[in-house]
Amino acid sequence: MENYMKAKGRIFDIQKYSIHDGPGIRTIIFLKGCALRCKWCCNPESQEFGVQTMLFEGKEKIMGQDVTVADVMPVIKQDIFYYNRSGGGVTLSGGEALLQPDFAPHLLHACKDYGINTAIETTGFAKWEIIQKYLPFLDYVLMDIKHMNSLKHKEFTTQPNELILENAKKIAQSGLVNLTIRVPVIPAFNDTHKEIDDIAMFAASLPGVEKLHLLPYHRLGQGKYEGLGRQYALDGVELIPDKHMKELLVTAEKSGLKCQIGG
Amino acid sequence: MKTFNITDIPKTDRVQYLLDDLFAKMPEIEVERAVLLTESYKATEGLPIIKRRALAFEHILENIPITIRDHELVVGSATKAPRSCQVFPEYSYEWLESELDTIEFREADPFHISEENKQILRNIYPYWKGKTTSELASAYMAPEAIMAIDHNMFTPGNYFYNGVGHFTVDYGKVIKVGYKGYISEIEAELEKCNVYDADYAKRHEFLESALISCKAAINYARRYAHLAYEMAKQCHDAARKQELLLIAKNCANVPENGASNFYEACQSFWFVQMLIQMESSGHSISPGRFDQYMYPYYETDINKGILTREFAQELLDCIWIKLNDLNKARDAASAEGFAGYSLFQNLCAGGQTEDGRDATNDLSFLCIQASMHTRLPAPSFSVRIWNGTPNEFLLKCAELTRTGIGLPAYYNDEVIIPALMSRGITLEDARNYNIIGCVEPQVPHKTDGWHDAAFFNMCRPLELVFSNGVDKGRQISIQTGDVLNMKTFDEFYDAYKAQMKYMIRLMVNADNAIDVAHGELCPLPFVSCMIEDCIARGKTIQEGGAHYNFTGPQGFGIANMTDALYAVKTLVFEKKLVSMADFKDALIHNYGKGLTPKAARIATQEVVDNLIALGKPVSKEQIADICRMFLAGTSSKTDAERYDKLLDMIDNLPKYGNDIEEIDLFARDVAYVYTKELQNYKNPRGGMFHAGLYPVSANVPLGEQTGATPDGRLANTPIADGVGPRSGSDKFGPTAAANSVAKLDHGIASNGTLYNQKFHPSALSGIEGLQNFSSYIRAFFDQKGMHMQFNVVSKETLIDAQKHPENYKSLVVRVAGYSALFTTLSRSLQDDIINRTEQAFNA
Repeated sequence: MENYMKAKGRIFDIQKYSIHDGPGIRTIIFLKGCALRCKWCCNPESQEFGVQTMLFEGKEKIMGQDVTVADVMPVIKQDIFYYNRSGGGVTLSGGEALLQPDFAPHLLHACKDYGINTAIETTGFAKWEIIQKYLPFLDYVLMDIKHMNSLKHKEFTTQPNELILENAKKIAQSGLVNLTIRVPVIPAFNDTHKEIDDIAMFAASLPGVEKLHLLPYHRLGQGKYEGLGRQYALDGVELIPDKHMKELLVTAEKSGLKCQIGG
Repeated sequence: MKTFNITDIPKTDRVQYLLDDLFAKMPEIEVERAVLLTESYKATEGLPIIKRRALAFEHILENIPITIRDHELVVGSATKAPRSCQVFPEYSYEWLESELDTIEFREADPFHISEENKQILRNIYPYWKGKTTSELASAYMAPEAIMAIDHNMFTPGNYFYNGVGHFTVDYGKVIKVGYKGYISEIEAELEKCNVYDADYAKRHEFLESALISCKAAINYARRYAHLAYEMAKQCHDAARKQELLLIAKNCANVPENGASNFYEACQSFWFVQMLIQMESSGHSISPGRFDQYMYPYYETDINKGILTREFAQELLDCIWIKLNDLNKARDAASAEGFAGYSLFQNLCAGGQTEDGRDATNDLSFLCIQASMHTRLPAPSFSVRIWNGTPNEFLLKCAELTRTGIGLPAYYNDEVIIPALMSRGITLEDARNYNIIGCVEPQVPHKTDGWHDAAFFNMCRPLELVFSNGVDKGRQISIQTGDVLNMKTFDEFYDAYKAQMKYMIRLMVNADNAIDVAHGELCPLPFVSCMIEDCIARGKTIQEGGAHYNFTGPQGFGIANMTDALYAVKTLVFEKKLVSMADFKDALIHNYGKGLTPKAARIATQEVVDNLIALGKPVSKEQIADICRMFLAGTSSKTDAERYDKLLDMIDNLPKYGNDIEEIDLFARDVAYVYTKELQNYKNPRGGMFHAGLYPVSANVPLGEQTGATPDGRLANTPIADGVGPRSGSDKFGPTAAANSVAKLDHGIASNGTLYNQKFHPSALSGIEGLQNFSSYIRAFFDQKGMHMQFNVVSKETLIDAQKHPENYKSLVVRVAGYSALFTTLSRSLQDDIINRTEQAFNA
């Protein structure tokens, strides 16, 4: 236990009382750094691994903090009563937790030591050997499948999707975790019935996968782009009307999965 | 495992009609009770006071107008117009006499009163001069206590001006044996009285008075039976005619006899509930464990097939509406402390039985449904939660919370039962507790709890530390030494404790003076019958007839005092970043900020009065200048910078409400300064003092009377509400805030603690939202939190309701231990509710 408590990683936020990223009441640890650059990303401060300064409500805020597992655990443990009662626990989010393999698995390990259930919210974009380091300490994996067409995937996220799809299959086949597929539904990217249907059919083909979440596009992160001095790529893009989301939900449900709008 | 019928029942048209009728008009002050009371008192001079009380009660019930409202199923109204009130000159009248022409126009809880009725009251008031409990209480109080009250150190105004109330009588027994049963019991006790007994005079008079009161109640119900019968004869609508005949039959049978079915039990309950509030003006007459004592009648009738769930629901809805038909006029200052026309009739569901099993039943669910149907402030609906509470019950409660009316309030058996036992209550009695008024636990029909005995503002003694006991130029408290000479934080903290102790002692003096006055002038024979062991002991609750006796004054301001004392400790003594002199200067000058308009007006008045007293004339222009100065704050730029720097330093300190062990344990200690000290004192009924930690809504008006505090709180602004963190200072979400609150010692505050949370509606959406919400409550309770209640309404909605009150007439929000119509609250209280931190779930 001693050694891995000293493992170091870089996070940029801890959010308590989250109920949309895994079951029950959860604490989310946001890890810094991501391999994708999704145009709609609502956490642009998560993308760079480097520590950044962001303007927030007129004040400069340092994004990125180096911590050890031992630093984070007391904060996680504060809400243990809520995890116990709600079936909640800890969710690693990002950024991309898979990019910190010398930290994140140890943090998950420590959670397990305290009987806290664990989840990861991931793009799935990493080498399989890396993912294997995480799986023994995970209860839930919430994995994005953003598009079935690799070219379009690359156009909107800067990365192709082959590795992601392959990892999804391997995670599902491992039988080690409860896997849920999530789809950020983005206008002009994947908001047609055909695109959603393709993703849903793929998700349904994964062994053990029962749930699919459609996450409607929102622009709550837009202000952060300004704070970082960056251009928001989807400026002026309209939200998806509720009615259309509901129709997409019906389409997704044809796959036989339990589908819902929102996490 | 028990299973419950939890399917929803639709609201009937009748219930909707009764709801609409309730709010059709502004409430009025009616005068019949005052007139009849005065007539009776004049005719009974020279008799023992207890007998005079009983004869007056009898005279009132024989002659007061009675009313059956259209479509009612459960009858009995204290006033002709809905939501109106009678007045009670035997407790106090001066305030109403002086407010007769303004009460209709005041901000908090206005009442209409006709010119004719004003005149009637003006005519009878001279009789009451020198005869009221408030006058006698003043005479009994130590002069230093009166001075402390005048300087707003604490406020025992509730019982000073009004009856005490705050009890739960034995509804179950009245419903079961009727007043006839009580009459036989009293007659048997009378038989046992020997003329040569030492206590014969008092005992005999009490028992006779109790007898008169029970008979008066029976006769009153008969008047309704007669009226219903007469109305039935005139009624052309066949369906209504049948209803009226059934009402007549019910009122002829109950509460004289035991109820023979659920409908009669409902009618019997209502007569008890209403008549108690005719005998005296005390509020918080709490129905208590309604789902327990009504259940046998429900179960029997359902099993017999003579009652449907739907009709039972309609009867409950009718009772819920009737509870809102009762009203009470308070003096202007008290009206702000208890804002929202609230009577705090607390009704409880769930919890445990006396032998420790889960008590939830089908009626518990119908109670929740009744609150969903009526969406009214009354009853103050409480639910008892323990480790064995069925999830489906807690989820149904969460559904009610989601409607946004601030109900129910959640109470933790796992803390309250041991807390009561620590006060000498038996295990069985403790398991049977219910909630009184706002948040106060007690044993039903065995307790005279004197809950709500005074508001104690924990911030004011800290002001006295800085002023060495002087307030507004007068030495009103002990001298704890010049604050500038204090060398250590311990010395400073000890001074605070000494000021607290001195003021607590004066509050005890004031409460006990009022207690004695009530015992001497307003003993209550009717209520006392229904509280054990008054009949056997031969005395009223006011004279110590109840099995358990307490006095429970409530302290508030823990969050402010925690952050304030911590600021002084850190900035002055530990880090030495600011001198005590500078801190004191900043407080005196309100951190250089202007006062609120109301406070500026008062401050200007004080200065002008002082100048005039010194013989210095003041011109209109000078007055305007002084006022402008108070409004603007400091004009010096360097001063302003210095003050702002201090405010920044305070702002950057860790605060209570963020799950920081060091601060939270400090808060626990600060609360002990009040709670531990208080338990050293006794009341005249043979009971002890114990603390509550809740402000009702007084944190706003009493905040207006409190200067700037070292936590950065500006003068005259609200004090933190309940045991929660200061508005906006809890920055890490609802779990961190609740963890901080749970670190207080709730068990020692056996008169109740109050923790308000505000949630955005999205936090409770869907079944998962409800599940997580109920887990949240359970997890707070796992950590020995005592009470939790929620406002589930968006900030935008509340702000819009301020702008367009006409669109939000039925918007009910949680104020303190009760809910009230948002639009009836004063602007400042509305603002306070809007500013309480809104907890959302993180997406």
